[in-house]
Order: sequence, then C-alpha cells, then structure tokens
Amino acid sequence: MSTEKQLFTVSIYTENNIGLLNRISAIFQRRHINIESLNTSPSEIDGVSRFTIVVNMSEDNIKKIIGQIEKQVEVIKAYYHTEDDIIYQESCIFKMRSGLLFDERQIQNIIKESNARIVTVNRDFFVIEKSGRKEEIELLHRELSVFGIMQFTRSGRIAVTKDEMKISTMLQAFQH
Amino acid sequence: MDTKTIKKEAINTQTTERISGSEAVVRCLLEEGVKVLYGYPGGAIMPVYDELYKFQDKIHHVLARHEQGATHAAQGYARISGEVGVAIATSGPGATNLITGIADAQIDSTPMVCITGQVSSHLLGSDAFQETDIVGISTPVTKWNCQVTKASQIPEAMAKAFYIAKSGRPGPVLVDITKDAQFEEFDFKYEKCKGVRSYNPIPKLDPTSVAAAAKLINAAKKPMIVWGQGVSLGQAEAQFKAVVEKAGIPSAWTILGAGAIPTSHPLNIGMVGMHGNYAPNVLTNDCDVLIAIGMRFDDRVTGSLSTYAKQAKVIHFEIDPAEIDKNVKTDVAVLGDAKESLAALLPLLEEKTHPEWHQKFKDLYAIEYEKVIKDDLHPTKEGLTMAEVLKEINIQTKGDAAIVSDVGQHQMIACRYANFNKTRSNITSGGLGTMGFGLPAAIGAKMAAPDREVISISGDGGYQMTIQELGTIFQQKVPVKIVVLNNEFLGMVRQWQQLFFEKRYASTEMTNPDFVAIAKGYSIEAQKVTKREELKDAVAKMINTDGPYFLEVCVEKEGNVFPMIPTGASVSEVRLE
Repeated sequence: MSTEKQLFTVSIYTENNIGLLNRISAIFQRRHINIESLNTSPSEIDGVSRFTIVVNMSEDNIKKIIGQIEKQVEVIKAYYHTEDDIIYQESCIFKMRSGLLFDERQIQNIIKESNARIVTVNRDFFVIEKSGRKEEIELLHRELSVFGIMQFTRSGRIAVTKDEMKISTMLQAFQH
Repeated sequence: MDTKTIKKEAINTQTTERISGSEAVVRCLLEEGVKVLYGYPGGAIMPVYDELYKFQDKIHHVLARHEQGATHAAQGYARISGEVGVAIATSGPGATNLITGIADAQIDSTPMVCITGQVSSHLLGSDAFQETDIVGISTPVTKWNCQVTKASQIPEAMAKAFYIAKSGRPGPVLVDITKDAQFEEFDFKYEKCKGVRSYNPIPKLDPTSVAAAAKLINAAKKPMIVWGQGVSLGQAEAQFKAVVEKAGIPSAWTILGAGAIPTSHPLNIGMVGMHGNYAPNVLTNDCDVLIAIGMRFDDRVTGSLSTYAKQAKVIHFEIDPAEIDKNVKTDVAVLGDAKESLAALLPLLEEKTHPEWHQKFKDLYAIEYEKVIKDDLHPTKEGLTMAEVLKEINIQTKGDAAIVSDVGQHQMIACRYANFNKTRSNITSGGLGTMGFGLPAAIGAKMAAPDREVISISGDGGYQMTIQELGTIFQQKVPVKIVVLNNEFLGMVRQWQQLFFEKRYASTEMTNPDFVAIAKGYSIEAQKVTKREELKDAVAKMINTDGPYFLEVCVEKEGNVFPMIPTGASVSEVRLE
C-alpha cells in the first residue's frame, strides 16, 4: 500500500542559508526523484525559511527522504503531507494580445468565470493572473490557448496544513 | 532575544584583539585543541600558511605530497583518537583533491574539518585563476559546509565546523575562506559552539523503546548482535561488553565495528558481510532477534535485503534517525547515543547463556575452518598467503597493533585475520572503498597514537595510488610500518573476473616497480620476502626497527578471498569456495 506512488507536498522549515537549496535538491537528485514544483519563501517565523516541494513517490520513500532532509544541519523540521492534509494554491500569469479583448468577447467571460483577474492592460498586450488549484490553472490555460498566448508562467505550489505544525514551540525548545 | 544578546555583551568583559582573518584561523584551531594538521599550500591559502609559520611551536603542520593524502592522514588521526582530524588546502585543484577523502569521511562518519582557501570575494564567479565552487562541489559529501567572505565570520564558522564535525553522528565539514577575508583585520574573540538551533545531534533516549528492546531480548531464544562503528564512536565499549556478557548474546561486527570487544572474546563470533565469517552470515537468517547497534545495514553487510533476517525481530540502536527503516525494517528502534542507550538497557536484561545457540556458531566455524581458514593460515602449497602474513603480525605484535588497511583482498584478509585486542584498531575505508586510503591514514594514526604500533597493510594496487606519501613519512620521520602484499594483480577485481567474468582479466595485471628501491629512495629501510621461511624474521625486523619500515611480501598471484556472498545473494548463500 505504502509503496504506491502518489503526490506528496513536503514542507521544510530551515535557517536562511545560501547553500541549503543545493543540499535539499541534491537529496532528490541523487535518488533520481523528479521535483514537480519547488517554492521557497519566508515563513510565519522571523528568520526562518520555508520550502514547499511537490514530488510524486511512495510513502515508504518519502519517509526516508524526510529523514535525509532533517539530517541537514540547517533544517529545523521537515514534514510530508498528502493532498487531504493541506490547503494549497498555485498561481499563473498569461500575457496576451490586447486586440483579443475586442475581437474575442468570450475571453472576458472566461476571465470572470475562472476567477482570474486582469493585472494590466496596454495598447499591445494585457496580463491575466490566476491563483488556484493545478486543475483550475490547467483548465484556464486550455481555454485561453485557443486564442494564442504570448507568454505563460506558473508558480510552484504553496501550501499550509490543516493541522498545526508547532515550529515555534520546537524552536523555543532548541534555544533552552 | 534582543535583550538577551545585549546582556551577554554587557557581562562579557573579555577584551578583543585586532588580528587578521588568517591569524584568526590558526587561533581558532588552537582554541579547538588542534595540535596537528595536514595540508598543502598554494596561492589562495598563503596568508594562513604564513600564520602557521609564526605559530609553528604551537601547531604542527604536516606537508602531505597530495591533498588527498592530507585528508586520509586527517582521517587516520581521527579514527584512532576520536579527535577531529584537520586538513587544509588551497583553492581550485587543492580543494578538489580533498573530495575523495571528504566523501570517505562522510560515508564512514569520521570527524574532519577541511579548510580551503578561495579567491578574493570580488573575483567569485569570474572564473578566476584556481577558482572552483568547492562549497557546491563538496555539498553532497559534507555534513556541513560554508563559505566565509569576511574575517569577522571566521570564528563563528570555525567553532560551528568543529562542533558539527564531532557531535552526534560525526562527519566531515568544509570551511572555504576567501583570500580577502584572510587578509582583513577584525576584532577577534572566540567562543566555542555549544549548539546550533536547527541541529539536534543526539536524539533524546526514549525509555519505552529501551524497555521494548529489553523485552524482546529477554524473550529471545536465538538472539544475535551485529554491531558497527557506533559503539566506538560513542565510546560505549564498556557498556557494550557488559550488555553482551550479561545477555550472553553471540555478537558479530561490521568492518568498522571491529575491536569494540576484542577478537578473542568468547562472544565475539566474527565479521558479517560479503567476506565475513560463515557462522554469523548464515545464522543471521536463523536468529529470532537481531540486535543492530550503531550500524547502518550497508549492502555489503546485508546482501539481498529481500531475504535478510526475515524471520527475526529487528532492534536497531542508532543515533541517526535517518538510518531507521532505511534498508531494514525495524520492530524496535532505540534512538540515541550508544553509551547512554546501552547503559539504560543493561539493568533490564536477564542473565542468559544460550549454550545450544552458541553451539550452532561453533559448528559452522568448524566448517569454515576446514574449508577456508586452515588453508589460509597454514597453507601446504608453495605460495605465501596474505593470511599467514597477518598471522605472523598477530603473533609478533600480540594483537595490540592498529592495522590500517587499504581496499581490496588484503583488506578483507586483514579484517578477517588480524587480532584486535584494542578498540579503534581497524582503520580502513569501509563505505567508500577508497584505494590509496591506507598509507596516508597510517601516517595520521601513528601521529595521533605514537605509543601504538601502527601497521599499514596495502595491496600493490592501492599502495601506488598514494605512494607519494612516502615523502611525508620520510620528511616527518613517522615510524609507521608499511606492508605491501604484492600479488601483481588488482586482486579483488581479478577475483570477480575469475568468478563472474570467465577469467577475462581486463586491466588487472600489474607490472610493478621495485618497491624496495622506491622505499630506500626515501631513506626508509626496506625488505622483500618471497619465501615462507623468511617471513617470521622479516616481520620481526620490521617490528623491531625504530623508524619507518617497508616490507614487501610477494604472495600467491591468484589467491581468492572466501567466504564470499556474491552481490545480490542472500547472507545464508555465503560461498566457501
């Protein structure tokens, strides 16, 4: 059962350190595991960074990976979550030709229905931003691609857990 | 937190001194109690060497002949003493030459601090002369590493380096220091590192796991211990011996575990693994409780995992949480320091002797003796065997020597046949299997433990990979004894070619130089032995020589190491011939 592959989201709380991204990505690379997405950002705690990594692998193996990640000196704590454990979002940006807004009226409906928003419009192009689940973004991409997309980019997943992670308590314990 | 820091500074009346970054490096080493370091100078590390020159009465720098040799010497120093070994090199090729030793120290959990010079910070990323991204390159093989670009960062980086290298499961760290940081002056103050917020070196011992382990052990009819280096790294030899003796458990070792209890101890049933002893390998698949202590179930130990100890409950005493269930699923994991864990286990154990179970080991030993050991130790054929050289060394050193081996057939023979009366006596490259490890590691070992007899045993292949370190031995007058078991082959590869590649000896035969002449070129007394009747006197001459000594023993060309578990086979399928 736990040898079946599934999507896991990994949250890693770390010290803010230049080489750490290299160390963490090397753990996946060495085992030939493809990273589906990766995001680093500040966390809710001052001076502590948070990595959010999405991988497709078995639970047995993700447990071992978490062990290897936590072993890194500057990693405070690492967790893995299933899709049900978390609330997650991705974000994407489309750049499109401005003429489309007049020539293809249904674009406005697509934007409205998908809860996307127009960030900017000028004479040549306009930019749409959309945050949501991967499937919603993929749907929007499919719908817009028929009109021709000038540029498209999508962010990695960011996620918070439904349960508490108690990092602050842990950090306090380390300091005493 | 801010208020705390302010308070600390207010209380601290220690005055700071204005010194250069390079002097700070040496002062940090002195603060950490470093007496010897191994290295090789070059452009980007010259300011530190200039300080080493000034401080030469306080700290001894040993000039290796290659940076790889410096790392292995530092490893040998660390392995025999438990202290942190230190290696130093310049940027670029100096730094990259450290990598083999660093990788070796990482996989064998050896505490080592490597210091590298780096081009000046304004040149970083410009492909400057001798610039290499050593922090990037060494990342996967270091426990921790960092680059320092300002002198003021040096004390904290060095303090952290020593703390991280030695604490918990030890390992190598690397501190890369730009040349401008070495020249820069700053107010020096040193504080030893007492902890790193994100790093928990020793997991807190959970008494319920110890109790669960004791319950399984007490109920076991056929318990077996496999111990690794964790016992000696944790200085838990006494606690370990007490546990083994009280519970009467037959105990086998991995090659890095050797010596934690003496070879002659009645409960020491020998080595496990690919070329380990017959009984512990076979009976791994017969025991009802397997107790792993400070070992990591390496594939050379377990053979095929799908058939490894499937019948047994597995207890794993381990300091590194990432090792639990990594290769072998455990029923009870006891996380913590070996000394503390075993001390907690001892009072919970019932006294047992398991005589019938012990008899099984004795019966299988008798088979191994007849089929393998007898011919190894008492050959009737003409050619000398590697094992009889080890036997002679055992006799003449009374089993008190530290054996520093290289990698290959001679290494397996040394591990199998050397008598280890003392802990930290089997210094060898276990996990990485680094040919060329032995000779330089013996230099470090002898310098760390000058009162011990240190014997380097190499094959003719590995010896030539770091043969240049004879120069270090010559210059430093290190009284290390060097034995080369010469079969004119890369013997272990040849053995595999014989067994698995239908004797196609691709690039394994060696045309060797006159090793005796080479040693003599470095003013090292040397002798070559080709006949059995010369062996005893030659070993005696070597042991009784005060300075370094080189002994070449020409052994049978196509000898094989048995028992052997072929790759992918089960431990119980160990072959005796």
